[in-house]
Amino acid sequence: MKTARVAYAGALHDAQPHERGLRLADGRVLAEQDVVWLPPFEVGTIIALGLNYADHVKELSKELTVTAKDEPLVFFKGPGALVGHRGMTRRPKDVSFMHYECELGVVIGRTGRRIAAADAMAHVAGYTVCNDYAFRDYLENWYRPNLRVKNRDCATAVGPWFVDAADVPDPHALALRTFVNGELTQQGNTANMVHDIGALIEYLSDFMTLQPGDLILTGTPDGVIDVKVGDEVVTEIESIGRLVNTIVGDEAFGR
Amino acid sequence: MTDPSILVDAAPWRLSGVVYGTLLNDPATLAELGDAVHAAPYKAPPRAPVLYLKPRNTLTQSGAALEVPADGGEFEIGAALGMVIGRTACRVSQADALAHVGGWMLVADLCVPHRAFYRPSVRLRARDGSCVLGPRVVPRDAIADPDALELSVSVDDLAVQTVRTATMTRSVARLLQDVTEFMTLRPGDLLLLGLAAGAPRARAGQRFAIEAPQLGRLTGELVPEGFAAGGRQPAAAGENATQAAQVRA
Repeated sequence: MKTARVAYAGALHDAQPHERGLRLADGRVLAEQDVVWLPPFEVGTIIALGLNYADHVKELSKELTVTAKDEPLVFFKGPGALVGHRGMTRRPKDVSFMHYECELGVVIGRTGRRIAAADAMAHVAGYTVCNDYAFRDYLENWYRPNLRVKNRDCATAVGPWFVDAADVPDPHALALRTFVNGELTQQGNTANMVHDIGALIEYLSDFMTLQPGDLILTGTPDGVIDVKVGDEVVTEIESIGRLVNTIVGDEAFGR
Repeated sequence: MTDPSILVDAAPWRLSGVVYGTLLNDPATLAELGDAVHAAPYKAPPRAPVLYLKPRNTLTQSGAALEVPADGGEFEIGAALGMVIGRTACRVSQADALAHVGGWMLVADLCVPHRAFYRPSVRLRARDGSCVLGPRVVPRDAIADPDALELSVSVDDLAVQTVRTATMTRSVARLLQDVTEFMTLRPGDLLLLGLAAGAPRARAGQRFAIEAPQLGRLTGELVPEGFAAGGRQPAAAGENATQAAQVRA
């Protein structure tokens, strides 16, 4: 089952896909553009992975190599970073390289601590698509990636759907694609994660209790390019969803 | 069982459960690194505030028993002034920043000691129960000058450190300005002013306290991994944390 959370006509609603767009729980059928899409579930702790696809690592630095033997590069994001499907993300004027990152979002469904990789999938409630923007001009080498790069308001798009784990027989065999203004710019497959979902859950739950609603952003493959004001960025994951985001400038924010 | 909520002296502050910490706001922490600050991997001193999150699994209240990881054996006890946001703060100026603070509280930010700051080290910073809040939120005006506070830290009732907010590179108002330039803070969010160099370490079996005039006395007890108070299983730490974030208005 796929579910979304949307705002429509003055209230929040749960919704499901419909051939004409979506169907609210109360029976109303609407077009995609008639509602405001919110992150599709109550998001708890947002846990993000860096450098979790070998090809992306190579893209960022020719000298860097990362293997499954290395400790995962993990960072957290706050709730203000989130934005829903068809949302807008601001590109500050002083930035020369802002890029999308298409990532499989893994949603925890069961509380757990010290979960073995072999048991990890039983703790997964489902999946969603994430687009975790980075603003590389702000990179500093202290607790990198620092929050100014990775925790900006509305710079982590999530949605449109939350997809039940039961409907995704193999989350490690999903094609990822990003399109900028309709042109394919990023391609990969979740099969190429350095640390797979089970390994990540085992690693994280060794020091922190994972709880329902916690969201793990599992990293992005290579193919990240600079996006400009006005660009439409579509991040898409096979069987999970197609997440649309538009880049906007400072003007709308009075900056 | 004691009341899990944190006492709040006045409405309407309710902690949101969102806690941001500030690293390297004490110039002495950078000074300890010496020339390494300019060498790889850092290459230069930080320009923007260096922040980190203490996620909900870390949150607990004053008086809690905290499990020290078996592999490290010690926690560093970081005493910090917590600013409880009272009004949505986006791009606030230094001059206007304090108007966005609703109150103050003591925070003990515990981590497994580390001196490498290149990566976010969440394994060392985000352990269950490692962010102790309380005992209460006091209203903003109860503190005449938040940049002139002294936090007294003790381990087993022995005074071990005095943290002076006046020594921080960024003052309360300046930090709020520089943080809200790129991320919005909302009512109930907590921003920590920063940790002081020379934070004491403690191991299982020891108790610690942080005390400051007006803010009260925060306490905690360190226990070995797997021995949280009341026989609670480690898996319950998350529920405990969620309760701790629910503040009685």
